[in-house]
Amino acid sequence: MTEFKLPSLGADMDEGKLLEWKVKPGDAVKRGQVIAVVDTSKAAVDVEVWHDGVVEELITKEGETIPVGTVMAKLSGAGEAVAVPPSAPAPAPAPKPARAKAVPPSLRKPASPAARKRAHELDVDIDKVTGTGPHGAVTLEDVEKTAKKPTPAKKPAPAAPAPAPSPAVDRQLEMRKAIGAAMSRSKREIPHYYLAETIPMHKALEHLARANEARPVTERVLMGALQLKAVALTLRQFPELNGFWRDGAFRPGAGIHVGVAISLRQGGLVAPAIHDVDERGLEDLMRALADLVKRARAGSLRSSEMSDPTITVTNLGEQGVEAVYGVIYPPQVALVGFGRIAERAWAEDGALRAAPVVTATLSGDHRASDGHRGARFLAALREQLQRPEEL
Amino acid sequence: MRKISFREALREAHHEALTKDPRVFLMGEDVGKYGGSYAVSKGFLEEFGPERIRDTPLSELGFTGAGIGAALGGMRPIVEVMTVNFSLLALDQIVNTASLYRHMSGGQFSVPLVIRMATGAGRQIGAQHSHSLENWYAHIPGIKVLAPATVEDARGMLAPALADPDPVVIFEHAELYNMQGELPEPWSADIKSAMVRKPGTAVSLITYGGSLPKTLQAADMLSKDGIDAEVVDLRVLRPLDDKTIMASVAKCRRAVIVDEGWKTGSLAGELMARIVEHAFYELDAPLARVCSEEVPMPYARHMEQAALPQPEKIVAAAKGLFG
Repeated sequence: MTEFKLPSLGADMDEGKLLEWKVKPGDAVKRGQVIAVVDTSKAAVDVEVWHDGVVEELITKEGETIPVGTVMAKLSGAGEAVAVPPSAPAPAPAPKPARAKAVPPSLRKPASPAARKRAHELDVDIDKVTGTGPHGAVTLEDVEKTAKKPTPAKKPAPAAPAPAPSPAVDRQLEMRKAIGAAMSRSKREIPHYYLAETIPMHKALEHLARANEARPVTERVLMGALQLKAVALTLRQFPELNGFWRDGAFRPGAGIHVGVAISLRQGGLVAPAIHDVDERGLEDLMRALADLVKRARAGSLRSSEMSDPTITVTNLGEQGVEAVYGVIYPPQVALVGFGRIAERAWAEDGALRAAPVVTATLSGDHRASDGHRGARFLAALREQLQRPEEL
Repeated sequence: MRKISFREALREAHHEALTKDPRVFLMGEDVGKYGGSYAVSKGFLEEFGPERIRDTPLSELGFTGAGIGAALGGMRPIVEVMTVNFSLLALDQIVNTASLYRHMSGGQFSVPLVIRMATGAGRQIGAQHSHSLENWYAHIPGIKVLAPATVEDARGMLAPALADPDPVVIFEHAELYNMQGELPEPWSADIKSAMVRKPGTAVSLITYGGSLPKTLQAADMLSKDGIDAEVVDLRVLRPLDDKTIMASVAKCRRAVIVDEGWKTGSLAGELMARIVEHAFYELDAPLARVCSEEVPMPYARHMEQAALPQPEKIVAAAKGLFG
């Protein structure tokens, strides 16, 4: 006898609502078969069973909300003599068990070498992929389609009645469509202006290195977090860059919620927000950033993070570019970009020396602000980064 | 560009070799008075004389050995063997002498000998004249094995084969002699690379020799069903051009080998092994092959055709690699 428990379907899931049973008592089930649909508050998720066997009893009722780990059903194991449900009046169990017995012992799931390799690269569990190749083998395309499924950019379904389990759609295509629509709207509606400023970073780097010495390795703060904090603090003096352009007028943001552009492994990007960045300590900000990146890539973002960033920061320094001139994410009115920190010849106080510098850029919405104010913002950001101890 | 038959292309290549290099001569059964079993050397006896176009006794072992001796002596002999089945009588000379001389002499002697032979079935000439034993030769280090399948290769491969310092065996599929094709001007043909004859993306059909036209036909049929097949012509059976083969397999991720030899111990088997060795993680489906049925080649036409690889069988094998 095997107990089928509600699995955790995401790091932040602690309960789920059973929407639908896909099996009934007496049904033979195979490892990997979807037997239930559970609403995790983010999405309706197909839940698979991990043992071959026969459904003995369904315990959880449809519509019931239960904590993770609750026993939802009981199965008789593969190879076990199929028992007639012990207590409940047996609902016509006669013809099915024979079929269940005929199920051969589960072999390794057929999957092509290329599919296995790609599944490994994309961190996809091959046992969960539906195969469409010869003899039902999992192909490369099957893996790629599965990998595209958990797209975080999708708005979570409103708390409505159970959505019908959606057919497999091409999530990557949808992600590209969403990005395309937002960026086209931006370039169509927003009169962008672009500014750039070279900022010496030796003080910030030295400060960070010193501060990190006192931190355990796992809690070290990266420059990306410091830059976010500097942008947020500077924005306090420039409210016209922090907010939204709606209905022909600028609406300042309620707080400084910085959207962080995160590229996804399967392609595409999201820019969820870290809230109240200007009020957070660096360690806290670093943890929030690491957590956000992890969850963005795992596809478990919260709806608030998706909807309310008041400005976006993109950092392509790790990709090695000098500078990035971003496209503003509407309805926001500004985007700050950082390139890579590189050593350059730097003149200061009448002397020339090698110094690490970064190019910071501002893409501004000319409806909400002018280049003059944008320039002062970048200058203030530069000065802020010369006083890293305040961050 | 001009239209020419495979036979005519071979004939021109031989004519050119005989004209350009006085060391070249042709030797074999019926190459002189009869003009060659497949009429490749028709008229040569009159043009070049019996010194250079030599009819031999029915003794493959003897005249192949004589060819080796002539090559060692500074000549550039072309030895024609009527069919690969008959060449088995000359295996000792080819395997134990020609292919070994460079090795056994510590590099002092090489054997610049070209051996041509017809291969393959489809003309109802019975089991003893119809088999495809190319892989017997592809097994032997020390020789090169060529399989021209286009008029350009028929025209172009002989010259580099004659220029090669080591023995080169050329297989001419008997079904190809009457095939017409466009000969580009200038033509070019190396004796080291495989070639993509039709680019595609969905499945790589790898073949050589007499199976090339059938495979191209199969690729056409597949394209009508929406499967974009690539056709790779091996051209050189030893040494195999792994690079081209693996590039095609890596691109298409599925492969069917088409080989007129029998399946067991075949060149197709060798190709599959290499693909698994070098491109395993690129594969998105099991490998498949279409070979001849494992029977002596039948004489009756319908049975002979049934025993051979055919476009329909290739199409079925390719489709089997998709779900």
